[in-house]
Parts: sequence; C-alpha cells; structure tokens
Amino acid sequence: MSIKPGRNIRNRFHNIWMLICILLIVLMPVILAFGLYFKASLLLSDNSVFSLLFSKDWQPSKQNFGFYSFILSSLWITILSLAICAPVCLLSAIYLTQYARSNVLKLMHPVIDILAGIPSVIYGVWGIIVIVPLIANHIAPLFDVETSGYTIIAGAIVLAIMIIPFVLNILIEVFNTIPEQLTEASLSLGASKWETIKFVLFRKAFPGIISAFGLGLSRAFGETIAVLMVVGNVVKVPKGIFQPGYPLPALIANNYGEMMSIPMYDSALMMAALILFVVVLLFNFASRFAITRFELRI
Amino acid sequence: MNNHTKININNVNLSIGKQHILKNINVEIPEKKITVILGPSGCGKTTLLKCLNRLTDSYEDINVSGNIFINNKDILKSNGDITELRKKMGLLSQRPYPLPMSIYDNVAYGLKISGRKKKRFLNKRVEHYLKQASLWEETYDRLKEPASSLSIGQQQRLCLARGLAVDPEIILADEPTSALDPLSSQAIEEKFIHLKQYYTIVLVTHILRQAKRIADNIVFMYLGEVIEQGPAESFFNNPKMEKTKAYLSGAFN
Repeated sequence: MSIKPGRNIRNRFHNIWMLICILLIVLMPVILAFGLYFKASLLLSDNSVFSLLFSKDWQPSKQNFGFYSFILSSLWITILSLAICAPVCLLSAIYLTQYARSNVLKLMHPVIDILAGIPSVIYGVWGIIVIVPLIANHIAPLFDVETSGYTIIAGAIVLAIMIIPFVLNILIEVFNTIPEQLTEASLSLGASKWETIKFVLFRKAFPGIISAFGLGLSRAFGETIAVLMVVGNVVKVPKGIFQPGYPLPALIANNYGEMMSIPMYDSALMMAALILFVVVLLFNFASRFAITRFELRI
Repeated sequence: MNNHTKININNVNLSIGKQHILKNINVEIPEKKITVILGPSGCGKTTLLKCLNRLTDSYEDINVSGNIFINNKDILKSNGDITELRKKMGLLSQRPYPLPMSIYDNVAYGLKISGRKKKRFLNKRVEHYLKQASLWEETYDRLKEPASSLSIGQQQRLCLARGLAVDPEIILADEPTSALDPLSSQAIEEKFIHLKQYYTIVLVTHILRQAKRIADNIVFMYLGEVIEQGPAESFFNNPKMEKTKAYLSGAFN
C-alpha cells in the first residue's frame, strides 16, 4: 500500500484553511461596520441620527456636529464626476469594442492600466497645477464667477479622470462579452451599425453598464487625497459647482489625530467614516437592485 | 444564367490575412429551392454564407474578389445601402440569439427599424410571422415576456419568425439545428420544406442525413473549394468526384 497515512486528515485540513480565508473576507466588512458603529456610538447617544445628518452646524468646540455640508459636498463631487466620466467612458468603450481595429484595443489596454496605476497624490498635484488655475482664470470667468479655483468642479474633474480607467476597463469587458452573433443577427435584419448598438448592444450591456457606474460611484465617493488637494476644504453647504466643498473623506484625513483633545471629536470622525461606509453600501445595493430588475425584463 | 438562378457566385476568392479561405468559388443557387452547402467543419461553408449578406464586411484584414450576383446585381461591388441588401435575407445562425427584448419586439424589430411603427400593423404582422414559424400557439399569451424565457427550440423558431418579418427573398441558415434536440430540429426542417415555395433557402450543414432529407440542390465544399454541385438526387446516387464518394461513404468528416 502506497497511500500515506493521514491522507484524509490532510485533505480535510486544506479545506478548512480555505474556509477560514473566505470567512475572513466575509467577516471583514461586518467587523469594520461594527467597529465604526462602536466608536461613533458615543456621539449617537447624545444626538439623533437625523440631526447629525441634516444639521449644517459644524462647531466641534461647541459640541455641534452637523454633517450636512460634508455629505452634500461629497454627493456633489461624486455625482458630478460620474456625469463627466460616464459619457466619456461609454463612448470610448463603444468605439474601442465596435469600431476600432482590434490592435487599437490592444494598444489601449496598457494605457488604461497605466492611468489606473498612477498614485492619487499625483492626480492631486496635477489638479493643483493644471485644473485649479484653469478654472480660476478661464472657466469660471465664462460664467461671471470669481473663484480661487479650489472648487467642487475641480474636485469632480480630477476625480472623473481618476475613475475613468477603472470604469472604462469594466465597460470594455462588458461589451466584449456580448456575442458577435447578436450583432450579426441585428445587422441581418437590416439595422445599421448605430441602430444595432443603440437598440441591441446597449440593452444587452445595460446591467453591466450600471454595475460599472455603481462601482465607479463607490470608488469616487471614497477617494480622498486627490480630491482634498483641490476642493478647497471649506465647511459650508455648497450652492454651486464653483464653490469650495469639504467632502467626508477629506474631513477624516485632515483631522484624524489632530484635534483629538476636543471631546467627542474622535467619535464624530468615526461617525463620518460610518456615513461614508453606509453610503457606499447603498450605492452597491442600488446598482445590484437595478441590475436584477432589468435582467428580469430582457 | 437561366431565369431560375437566384444567386450566382462567380470566381469568388476570400482571404483573411494570409489565410486563403475561399478558393475560386463558382456556384449557382436556384430560386425557391433548398440549396444545401455541405462539407466538413472548417471548409468555408459559413464564410461563404456570410459573403452573401456581406456580414464579412466587419472582419479585419479581409480581402474578397469576384462577383456575387443576386437578382442580376453584383452585391460585392455595390456601394449602395447595405441594410437594403441584408433585409432581402433572413439569417438563422447555429444557436438562436434572441435580441434582448420581448418576444413581440423581437419579431417587430426589423419592421420598426424600417420605419413601420403603427401598432395595429405591427400586431398583425407579428401574429402572422409567429404563425408562419409555428410559434404562435405557444406564445400568444406571453408576447410581452422576454425572448430569453423561451426554450432553445422555441428561440430558434422565434429567430426564424423575426427573419421572415422583414420580408426577405432568401433565407440563409447556418447549421440552424446544431443546438437543437431532435424534435425541434424536425420542426425546423419541416418549416423549411414548407417555406421553400416562397423563399430561396440556403442551408449550411455538415449533417449528411439532414441534407438527404431536405435538399433539392447540393453544393459540396472541401477545404475552401467547391468539389461538386448539382441536384440532390444525382449528387447522392451518382457522385462524380472521388472526394464526394469518399465523403458520402464516411471516409472523412
């Protein structure tokens, strides 16, 4: 008999290790959420969730912690950046997968990967050097606005460029997985290429497009360094795209470990992190929901 | 060229990159008959079929020479509206690829694209073509459901219906039963025999028995060349070429 003793035990043991690894991954978000909630509970015991979320009053020294202006800044920047990035990514992905020769796509892949790999600090610096003055000197005057350039729109542009490679990669993948025969079927029914893209490919790709944008949105919402470098960081409810903002991640990054002598401040920052966490979670659920709803219809 | 020739393929050569795929193809396809393009896998049958409605246009590095006359018009040379050409032909592919929309919209798609959007007209046409593809009985109460909810055999009949809906003159079928169970295959074959009184049918297959069952006319291809062509009866009973005899006796597949 050549079978080694203990073979079965070893076999089962390997399985257990794999299971532990998966458990770790699954538990991670749960642990994170609980940790944040635990830390923020101090603040939550003194204030209602509603007043924390919708109060504009941010005066830590007076124990006033209203997150409204931060939440709104974050939403403004994120949604604006997605609005910039979405059409660019969609049109590029359609061009690369439907019109361009296949070696153009091969050439683009490393370019996209390089863009994705650039550290966010570099995007931030580039934003300060290029985008901020561009807005202050050229774009804002077009709308009769005077600004330093450190604005919501600057943050949104930098952010859009940062998530483009990320979203574009997913979209290319989505369009590439559509079988060619579906295109041929539509063409053979007398549809033009553009009609085929509009009525068939776009519908087929729709769930994938939504999930790409959903992931992009989550990523944009949490992006910190590059945004805080160009967005101005003024605690005020933004009233337009040419005003400065102060998104949630910037609040945490700027202040954690700084003014910890102020009571509750630590807890307030954890609350900010918790809000961030929950909103990203909501984005994910919303896009999942949209996808499953749509997939039932096609 | 006699009156009854619908498609006349003349000296067609096709290469993709350095690969010479179709070599000096000369084929005549008679009107309102079933012409079967027969041959082992990879012999260029499908490529020849795609030439007919110029789906080959979207291939990279492709080079086509020669002439293909349909209704005495050279479709390879025409720079006119290619969608008009394609509308003349219904395409049935190896597996059904229903469009990502409802059963109703799948059939109405071709009509809507060509600008026929009146609801009552569409309702009538959809019903007519679903009946023609023997699918109406199974679907009349679920037309709004997604086409992907149909079984694969039903999907293939839906693809036939949607192809017929653009009122083609020719039906191109690329191994249309290869993904289907025997019963569904039989349904499609019977449909073809019924439809040949209205349409010219070009069917690609590598199934000898299927060719025997439904072909009026055979084009036998091997490694990118047409070896033999002619009426089905003489082809099967009295093959002229050595390669044909070998193929019919099952020497290669």
